[in-house]
Amino acid sequence: MNFEFTEEQLMIRDAARDFAQRELLPGVIERDEKSEYPTEQVKRLADLGFLGMLVGLEYDGGGMDTISYVLAMEEISKVDSSVSVIMSVNNSLVCWGVEKYGTEEQKQKFLKPMARGEKIGAFLLSEPEAGSDATSQRTTAVDMGDHYLVNGTKNWITNGKSASIYIVMAQTHPELKHKGINALLVDSKSEGITVGSHENKMGMRASDTCSVMFNNVKVPKENRLGEEGFGFKLAMQSLEGGRIGIASQALGIASGAYELALKYAQERKAFGKEIIHHQAIAFKLADMAVEIEAARFFCLKAAWLKDQGKPYGQASAMAKLYAAETAMKVTTEAVQIHGGYGYVKEYHVERLMRDAKLTQIYEGTSEIQKIVISRGLVD
Amino acid sequence: MKILVCISNVPDTTTKVKFKEDSTLFDDSGVQWIINPWDELALTRALELKEDAGNSVDEVSVIHVGGAQTDATLRKALAIGADKAFRIDACAADAYYVAGQIAAYLKENPFDIVFSGIESSDYNGSSVGAMIAEFMDYSGVSSVTSVNLDGDDVILYRAIPGGKQKIKAELPLVAVVQKGIAKEPRIPAMRGIMMARKKPLEVIAATEMEMLTRSVKFELPKAKGACKMIDAGHVEQLVELLKNEAKVL
Ligand SMILES: Cc1cc2nc3c(=O)[nH]c(=O)nc-3n(C[C@H](O)[C@H](O)[C@H](O)COP(=O)(O)OP(=O)(O)OC[C@H]3O[C@@H](n4cnc5c(N)ncnc54)[C@H](O)[C@@H]3O)c2cc1C
Repeated sequence: MNFEFTEEQLMIRDAARDFAQRELLPGVIERDEKSEYPTEQVKRLADLGFLGMLVGLEYDGGGMDTISYVLAMEEISKVDSSVSVIMSVNNSLVCWGVEKYGTEEQKQKFLKPMARGEKIGAFLLSEPEAGSDATSQRTTAVDMGDHYLVNGTKNWITNGKSASIYIVMAQTHPELKHKGINALLVDSKSEGITVGSHENKMGMRASDTCSVMFNNVKVPKENRLGEEGFGFKLAMQSLEGGRIGIASQALGIASGAYELALKYAQERKAFGKEIIHHQAIAFKLADMAVEIEAARFFCLKAAWLKDQGKPYGQASAMAKLYAAETAMKVTTEAVQIHGGYGYVKEYHVERLMRDAKLTQIYEGTSEIQKIVISRGLVD
Repeated sequence: MKILVCISNVPDTTTKVKFKEDSTLFDDSGVQWIINPWDELALTRALELKEDAGNSVDEVSVIHVGGAQTDATLRKALAIGADKAFRIDACAADAYYVAGQIAAYLKENPFDIVFSGIESSDYNGSSVGAMIAEFMDYSGVSSVTSVNLDGDDVILYRAIPGGKQKIKAELPLVAVVQKGIAKEPRIPAMRGIMMARKKPLEVIAATEMEMLTRSVKFELPKAKGACKMIDAGHVEQLVELLKNEAKVL
């Protein structure tokens, strides 16, 4: 066992930290308040190679390992999770599936521009009536010989408006239940697609989340990812990796809030001393530090398993569950340590608390992670 | 045209400075090392000059005097975009020694422009660049805030009290640069970090050189006293404290 990072991993962490502190921090409060998509910041994310950092060099990605990805996601999420979720979806939910299961033509056409960050991807699984229970897909992809005809509505789609490439899960053979679902690569500008309005969210307000409607959208057969009926498996496998991204995001939200609280507690005085010298506050910080460290180990363990080519579904569900719960708890305490100042936007912790909530919901709620984990326990 | 950027490896600016062995040595345990901020700006500007298609810069290299433990700093310079790195394998004792080592390298391997930061954020010697110019008989300009190439001419601006001065310099040249030379240091991109592995980092044996100075002892500044607040209406109390307690009046 080795707890040392490599020189390269540290360089990536520092690059992400510099980017977050220098380029994301200014304006993060305003972007959140106005629910304004971080166009410029995403462009820089692309220039620096973060949007495709996990994709192999041969497909214009960064060729980085998952450990580096955890470190980068943590640093960026300390400041702006609206930006880190765009990075997480593009890398783990979209590029990963195309790189692993796509044909060479699909990789050249779809993966390369996404790895370079010139095009953004979105992952369209959830529907108004299919969230946790993603097997009950109502969106259909009818086999028309040389193409599929797609109809239906997808909900809560991150990058819904900004993405150029969609991976759409849709039912082709309802009689086969989830084994009849296909995953299709769809150009978001295709005829028959309507993007709904931007959801007015509690947190991660600058990322765009929309519903997407499909009305007789023609998708060429060669755009199917993997074998016929592989769509649901692809979605579940993608989410196993996606959860490492969201767990690292939750970790970053927690550690960002903790760093702010630690600093504030050493500056703010009450009853003649810095509040960190009141044991009630000191112990809160101790608990936060312990839980964050544990969450970090979970994330790194899942990432390490993935890099080693070992099964990581159980580990990523544990990481996501623990890190998301930690993020919610730590950010709530960080607001508490800030007192009244924590309740206003200027001090950042209230935003981190709102952002934390989402990590318990998307890419599988905390309850669903427990289902995944407990199923994995049974022999 | 070839540009060489001198890189100093310094403790991160947030480092808590401690000394060891009876305050004769800097205690570097747990210290995070970075590229000296002025050198990082110089490297950024050198790369901008290379990328500007109107210029004929075909190589930007970095040079550093230090032990193997400083290689990570040089690889970061490569990740940011330098083409080659050279490390002269010696302990950077003082400015004269460092400048002498770099000059010895330059005599065998000439460059057209040498950038050096106005100072290093650790020992603040402010002398390496000027000494290199002297050793090499290159033109030397200090406090440079802007560098541009105009064919074979170099146009520099340097900060002077109350204004700035425009200078045309002949090559080869040493430009000692300060803040303003580039807007912000460059953040290495993922591809750059991957490519850095494949770029050359050449280790060069140090030249025999006499050491002219020797560090004897370090001292930290005295801790700042607590701040006392005095009511705006009590000027006499302020005068009293300044006289008898601070003893500055
Ligand atoms: C901002 C945002 C961005 C999103 N981005 C995307 C995206 O890019 N792509 C995408 O496909 N989806 C996305 N989602 C959807 C997200 O993954 C779903 O919201 C999530 O899976 C939960 O589904 P639901 O909202 O339908 O809740 P439901 O499934 O209706 O759940 C409601 C509650 O019931 C609980 N519950 C459900 N089933 C069980 C059970 N068997 N046992 C115990 N408890 C259960 C849940 O944990 C939850 O507490 C996003 C959501 C949000 C809010």
